[in-house]
Amino acid sequence: MKVAIIGVGTTKFGEHWDKSLRELAIEAGTNAIIDAKVRGSEIDSIYLGNMSAGRFIGQEHVAALVSGELGLSIPAVRVEGACASGGIALRQGILSILSGQDDIVLAGGAEKMTDLMTDGATTALMGAASQEWEAYYGLTFPSLYAMIARRHMFEFGTTREQIAKVAVKNHHNGSLNPIAQFNKEITVEEVLNSTMVADPLTLLDCSPITDGAAALILCKAELAKKYTDNPVYIIGSGQASDTLALHDRRSLTTLDATVKAAQVAYKQAGINVDDIDLAEVHDCFTIAEIVATEDLGFCKKGEGGKLLDEGATELTGRIPVNTSGGLKAVGHPVGATGVKQAIEIVLQLRGEADKRQVKDAKIGLTHNVGGSGATAVVHIFSR
Amino acid sequence: MGYESSVPLFWRLIKPRYQLIGNKCTTCGNTFYPPKFLCPICRKEGKLEEIKLGKTGKILTFSIVRSAPTGFEKETPYPVAIIELDDGPRLTSQIVDWKEEDLQIGRKVEACFRRIYTDGKEGIINYGLKFRPI
Ligand SMILES: [Zn+2]
Repeated sequence: MKVAIIGVGTTKFGEHWDKSLRELAIEAGTNAIIDAKVRGSEIDSIYLGNMSAGRFIGQEHVAALVSGELGLSIPAVRVEGACASGGIALRQGILSILSGQDDIVLAGGAEKMTDLMTDGATTALMGAASQEWEAYYGLTFPSLYAMIARRHMFEFGTTREQIAKVAVKNHHNGSLNPIAQFNKEITVEEVLNSTMVADPLTLLDCSPITDGAAALILCKAELAKKYTDNPVYIIGSGQASDTLALHDRRSLTTLDATVKAAQVAYKQAGINVDDIDLAEVHDCFTIAEIVATEDLGFCKKGEGGKLLDEGATELTGRIPVNTSGGLKAVGHPVGATGVKQAIEIVLQLRGEADKRQVKDAKIGLTHNVGGSGATAVVHIFSR
Repeated sequence: MGYESSVPLFWRLIKPRYQLIGNKCTTCGNTFYPPKFLCPICRKEGKLEEIKLGKTGKILTFSIVRSAPTGFEKETPYPVAIIELDDGPRLTSQIVDWKEEDLQIGRKVEACFRRIYTDGKEGIINYGLKFRPI
């Protein structure tokens, strides 16, 4: 399979107290349309990833909101898969082109989270877990991932310091990314000593609450050169599901949905894991990046911590992970995240990632997770 | 939950939440809690029968919630855990009557009936099972 990305656009990620969801989505969409040098009237359909506008701002029907604001009367579909909404929107856009229905698609994601107080946002996000059997008992997302961390430490001897190194690395990368919410470097000590949120995870282990939007212009591969000299191609797309509740899963330290989605994507792309030059993985919490690097096959199960000790996932390492700064430092406007990950890979493959540029990057991967692992989407990109 | 809920939302789940009633598929022999409406292994060949599960189990992993969702603000800090019941199924709940040394993987616990939280303006008090070290 092959679908081209001919344009990308984002807002800055952060606390946009002066901007609404409508404004953020239009800003990102417009930037992508300009980057792709297409006319708005050439777009055939819109897929918009959004987890919970109804909870966050009381607005549903947000895909039509966006198409209406763009002055387009084309099909506009909101896509929801919790924090994987953006990745699924991208996948739906790809499928829409592969079906032959569309030539050019806008695939985006947007979330406006700071209009709610923190406990309200925590509660809204918990909608991605089991309401009846997890949220009912007072569970939060930090505590779900903390339980994954605790079990990972127990089974594989992963240390608290190794987990903290994810935040340190991603804040470093974020400091080089102009759209990132956090531009400050941090140390392992600062991670360990910051406010405890859900033992053993502290505030600096958690991705923040963020407003932001991101958009891609997808195009039938054969038409791409008409618009740009440097298209990036999507060569693999895999998606898989698992039980909503963490306790129902086969394993507490492997996301089977990630493993399965990756297998499908690698096979479709006709590559194996060693061909990947860099990856954006779903680090909603530090431990999630460790689990992801293992589940995607960058190292053996249980050795994700070691990968950090070796520096293998740093910008100059064997397999740079989260060159953008990840969800951790760029911020995590849930519906936009999966699309933002794709944008970072596009910039890297085009050679436009500036100080974050990975040398000779040819093949990149994105990995987007919904909830504590009930949904996973993996995409593979090439020049 | 954050929104005002109607009573049936809580009432319909009283049986499994108050009494550890799960079910068992007589086709494949697997036991489920919370009870399933369809055996996810056998699907249409499955046959589910209600069973009452024993109230003891062990901690598989745990955390302590210090930043709470709406309705739980006054409870912090409270430990939460994934518990594997001796009868097989796993579930998530809170640990009560605990001391620091009780919070460890492998610790034996048993279910006890407790208030979980009070919902909204109507003040519906939600009960359920929490687990205490034994
Ligand atoms: Zn069965």
